[in-house]
Amino acid sequence: MRNRGRLSLRIPQPPHRPGDTPDFSNIIVPPAGAMDRPPVDAKARDMIGYAYGLIRVLDENGQAVGQWNPRLGADVLKKGLRDMMLTRAYDDRMYRVQRQGKISFYVKSTGEEAVSVASAHALERDDMCFPAYRQQGFLIARGYPLLDMMCQCFSNARDPIKGRQLPVMYSSREYGFFTVSGNLGTQFPQAVGWALASAYKNDDKIAVSFIGEGTSAEGDFHHALNFASVYRAPVVLNVVNNQWAISSFSGIAGGEEATFASRAIGYSLPGLRVDGNDYLAVYAAMQWAAERARANLGATLIEHYTYRAEAHSTSDDPSRYRPTDEWSAWPLGDPVARLKQHMIAIGIWSEEQHLALAEEIAAEVREIQREAESIGTLAGGSRPQASTMFEDVFAEVPWHLEAQKKEAGV
Amino acid sequence: MPAMNMIQALNSALDTLLSEDPNVVVFGEDVGYFGGVFRVTDGLQKKHGLTRCFDTPIGEAGIVALGIGMSVNGLKPVVEIQFADYIYPAYDQIVSEAARIRYRSGGDFHVPLVIRTPYGGGIYGGQTHSQSPEALFTHVAGLKVVIPSNPRDAKGLLISAVEDPDPVIFLEPKRLYNGPFDGHHDKPVMPWAKHKASDVPEGRYVVPLGEAAIVRPGAAVTVLTYGTMVHVAMAAAEEAGIDAEIIDLRTLMPLDIKTILRSVEKTGRCVVAHEATMTSGFGAELCALVQQHCFYHLEAPVQRVAGWDTPYPHAFEWEYFPGPERVIQGLKRALES
Repeated sequence: MRNRGRLSLRIPQPPHRPGDTPDFSNIIVPPAGAMDRPPVDAKARDMIGYAYGLIRVLDENGQAVGQWNPRLGADVLKKGLRDMMLTRAYDDRMYRVQRQGKISFYVKSTGEEAVSVASAHALERDDMCFPAYRQQGFLIARGYPLLDMMCQCFSNARDPIKGRQLPVMYSSREYGFFTVSGNLGTQFPQAVGWALASAYKNDDKIAVSFIGEGTSAEGDFHHALNFASVYRAPVVLNVVNNQWAISSFSGIAGGEEATFASRAIGYSLPGLRVDGNDYLAVYAAMQWAAERARANLGATLIEHYTYRAEAHSTSDDPSRYRPTDEWSAWPLGDPVARLKQHMIAIGIWSEEQHLALAEEIAAEVREIQREAESIGTLAGGSRPQASTMFEDVFAEVPWHLEAQKKEAGV
Repeated sequence: MPAMNMIQALNSALDTLLSEDPNVVVFGEDVGYFGGVFRVTDGLQKKHGLTRCFDTPIGEAGIVALGIGMSVNGLKPVVEIQFADYIYPAYDQIVSEAARIRYRSGGDFHVPLVIRTPYGGGIYGGQTHSQSPEALFTHVAGLKVVIPSNPRDAKGLLISAVEDPDPVIFLEPKRLYNGPFDGHHDKPVMPWAKHKASDVPEGRYVVPLGEAAIVRPGAAVTVLTYGTMVHVAMAAAEEAGIDAEIIDLRTLMPLDIKTILRSVEKTGRCVVAHEATMTSGFGAELCALVQQHCFYHLEAPVQRVAGWDTPYPHAFEWEYFPGPERVIQGLKRALES
């Protein structure tokens, strides 16, 4: 027997399982306003602290504090609040619609609305977004018709993508929202390519992409950061760290000992870690990164620190792997509640206005749902023409697809 | 017209495209300053500039993803994967993304991307410098697959591929880069200059995608093949004195079914030949189509001559590579049964 210890295999485990009392006291939440805002031409190597800290603007009293305060006007704040509330109401409505069997599948973004909505508002309208499947708020913030979103989920005759994809896999060139793919992470390096083309053409548009922290374990994450760094691509790469990849906690993705923003350091990119439930912080970080990209200074990686408040999808039951009340213990709260509190604190909003807006949005969503359902749902009504199944595989339909279309009798 | 080998013809195609269309960009590993490990991009960076023809990190998935993103933003990227054997890291980007983007977006986005990659054996390339993965791409809805067999076609097909609105996998038989190769490894290789297909016009011309070429008219048996095996089949027919009609498919997807059927209906016999492994190779698709459409014209079972169902070996190069002798055996089986 040699004088050596035996090895043992370590499998990371989340802090809480079903039945446990959630306790996030180990999470360090720095006070709002504690981090300074570096100039956009700061060297990546001088920004390492931002990858480990947490950029926060809204304090516990709802005041916007510190250098990262984007100092937004009342109109922008109201639009931000409305779009977040609309996203949540839309999610709630479509979740119910799935439970009624009118759509096959749905994915909510509850708790993460600030990430998508504030990002969209901080960018220019013609900047291109390469989203994952939980960025419906981005599309909503750009004013994409809710009716078209619903029709996509219903796969009815008005579905812009002709019934070809699962619900929530939206696509709109016009709204700068790249077609969502079920394959995780593929869009991250594609966004870098789009951004490079923009630079190649001496254009002024930038690209932005979102993935979850679970997806950061994909090889495409590495490709995106490396290619973005090598060619100094005008792109903002976002990791939405909502703590959960279906049933796997962020430690399984590699987040136990290091932040996801810290991945940027080895690629010589700035990594910003941001309170993802703070509309103002997300806005400010995106604005900083966009300004940097537009100034030809290259890419930024932003980690949005948030919490996936609901099930992964309608096919998931989170009570099987985490405490049901974990979100209520989450130290960064609810993005909608926090922006609302801020707006009330600065005197541009009230509980009455909030209630009225919530009712107005609920009615609006209900009305659009009625219209969408009257066009058709998975359970009945109109569908895209089955013959279109053979179109768009190629620009022109080749002979073998013509033959198959004939055989299918559609 | 200058005599060009396949490398020069491909280089000329890229030079023409870069000269005529500012949206064309060329990139890949060692493609820029150095001009490519096979010299296909030689001189292009110097002539057209750093941003038109450039080097990339070693990351095939990243290279293809970059091409997809650029395509979506209006460019026409021609990317290179150094060897087809190394295209697998990019398989997700090719299959799940490039091939599906037009379809899944309802036609909203499309990917006019060309992926060039040297493929095929006969060069002592061993396991990872010899593979023929075409069937992995013909099986994917939404991809076009093109394989030239001579300099003239190589240039015309590459220009067509770049001008095509769909993603194209452009497989270049590296065994044919410097000269036609008929499988007689024990004889000196002829340079392209002595072959009529080395007459390559300067400037733009196209060989349309989806059109096969009858490279040897015949009446006794049809040979369906592509790439290096075109030249092997030619040698086999001459040496055995068999009146074979040899069809160079040139485009595997979309396939020129008319030319195939017309020939097999005439000859009543068919041999399919490729370097790729036999099982589930593209030959199986060709056999099925011929059987389905020409059943009553067939006088013998369709024969397959292909690589064995093994990884590509190094020391057994010539036992593995389907050379003229094996093609002759296939022709005889088709004629004698």
